[in-house]
Amino acid sequence: MQKKLNTGDVAFHTVNYIVFALIALLCIFPFYYLFINTISNNDLSSKGLITFYPKEVHFSNYSQVLKLPNFMHSGFISLSRTVIGTAVSVCGAAFLGFLFTKQEMWGRKVWYRFLVITMYFNAGIIPWYMTMRSLHLTDNFLAYILPAIVSPFYVILVKTFVESIPLALQESAQIDGAGYWVIFTRIIFPLITPILATIAIFSAVSQWNSFTDTLFLMSKEKLFTLQYVLYKYMNEASSLAAIVRNSSGGQGLDLANMQTSTSIRTTVSMIVVLPILLVYPYFQRFFVKGIMIGAVKG
Amino acid sequence: MPNTIQAQSGPGAVPVKKRAFEIRNKYKLFLMALPFLVLVFIFSYMPLYGWTYAFYNFRPGIPLAVSDFVGLEWFRSIFGNPTQRGEVLRVMRNTMSMSSLNILASVLPVIFAIFLSEMRSQRFKKYVQILTTLPNFISWVLVYSFAFMLFSVDNGLVNHILINLGFIDKGIGFLASDSHTWLKMALWDLWKGLGWGAILYIAAIAGIDQELYEAARVDGAGRFRTIWNITVPGIMPTYFVLLLLTIANFINNGLEQYFVFQNAINKNHIEVLDLYVYNTGLVGNNFSFATAVSMLKSVISIILLFFANGMSKLLRGESII
Repeated sequence: MQKKLNTGDVAFHTVNYIVFALIALLCIFPFYYLFINTISNNDLSSKGLITFYPKEVHFSNYSQVLKLPNFMHSGFISLSRTVIGTAVSVCGAAFLGFLFTKQEMWGRKVWYRFLVITMYFNAGIIPWYMTMRSLHLTDNFLAYILPAIVSPFYVILVKTFVESIPLALQESAQIDGAGYWVIFTRIIFPLITPILATIAIFSAVSQWNSFTDTLFLMSKEKLFTLQYVLYKYMNEASSLAAIVRNSSGGQGLDLANMQTSTSIRTTVSMIVVLPILLVYPYFQRFFVKGIMIGAVKG
Repeated sequence: MPNTIQAQSGPGAVPVKKRAFEIRNKYKLFLMALPFLVLVFIFSYMPLYGWTYAFYNFRPGIPLAVSDFVGLEWFRSIFGNPTQRGEVLRVMRNTMSMSSLNILASVLPVIFAIFLSEMRSQRFKKYVQILTTLPNFISWVLVYSFAFMLFSVDNGLVNHILINLGFIDKGIGFLASDSHTWLKMALWDLWKGLGWGAILYIAAIAGIDQELYEAARVDGAGRFRTIWNITVPGIMPTYFVLLLLTIANFINNGLEQYFVFQNAINKNHIEVLDLYVYNTGLVGNNFSFATAVSMLKSVISIILLFFANGMSKLLRGESII
């Protein structure tokens, strides 16, 4: 297979490698830069004096930031919605996706379209907000969960996947008298776990990253998610820094590492992105698989 | 829909016993799906009822029943009232310009995929892919946090470097400025979506028959010749589908990105339709007018969807919805 490289090839590959290395660097550098800011001397980081490597490393920012009012609670809200929202998304998509593969369902085509069209069309923010309000889903944790039960894209993924499973498996069970529920739980569910894993990852990331629903619907601090809190901190970081400075009383803390608006912003950002960074490298292939199957239809 | 007929005639070909089984179950299946369909109805269709707000002079806190019915007044003011028309036009221009920039940028993932696929080291390829798709999975709030960190006037890294290298004397306010707002937004979008956007194309390229390349090489075709005559035509169908989807979503460019990046200075150029509706409706409490604007938006988007769908049916014989 190895072909001899001529000069043109060598030049091409050199340029290609350099360009892609640069692109990759551009993508990853902000993450690295964020991290070195959180562990560097706070005085230096607030003056923008951290460039490419950390200076005077310390980790006290992380323990300090946890003392921010309501920060832990927001973390708990984010975590809960991610866990519960993902669970209902996966179950909803699995079951509905399976049902939509049944040719004999009454009005299947119509209902499928009824679902899929919502991916492209919505009534708009205001009517949606008014609906959520009339359902008492404003300032209500359920607003994070209930809309997640049916997601058209995930249903499509499951449907496409189930359709690729030989029908004979289900037919033989049917002849033995198994109902749809039994077929679903005993035969289909175990077979579709790969796609469900993909959906779980997609869903978890989107729940964790979700920001606008909090912005629109929630006014009570106890329902704020970490993303929303981060956004608020971006604008209020300096006053928060003062709160943390006062609450800790500065005891036992190096004066240079008192909380600044920069340290608060960067540390909270790092905490918010950390779960993604931890999960991502292992699950990257699931994401790729998901987009491939999704691409088959829509 | 010819498929409905097909769906019913399909089971007709199998033994009678099974057919009876299926008829008995056709409502059962529907009933099983019903709770989910009800949820879809509640969260996606019921809000359509809210369009009625556009025909009233609605103020939050006052029930719709006692609000004044104003008919098409708000729609008339969108087109008739010079200030409001100006506003809507400005917002439309922002929306369309940024969407157009994104459409122009949609060839970049293609180029990315083509050149990445030319790489010989599988390992390097894999790492590039992992690193470049990562930004797709962080929220816009976080992107904004990055932007703040890298580009802020007093302590941003970019200004720091530019000053140290002697290019500028004073920090540039990249974020608090209204110059090139559209381009900046498109660039952030590109940073976030380039690697992810390329995945499908990389897969499409991997699916091209390798013998085509061998044959072309035997015939003396060089690298760029094979790219142009084999790879590009090989991924055109994928590109085309994605382009149609982009067109269908031409004015649905969302609000999160623009919301987090907006400030008093760049507001003129960053306000897209959704953001404008949010700002006037939920922030400015002008519910009825905002609803009227978003209704127009929905109508345009459904037209675009049907257009894209029609194009798709015409050119590839398959619908996208």
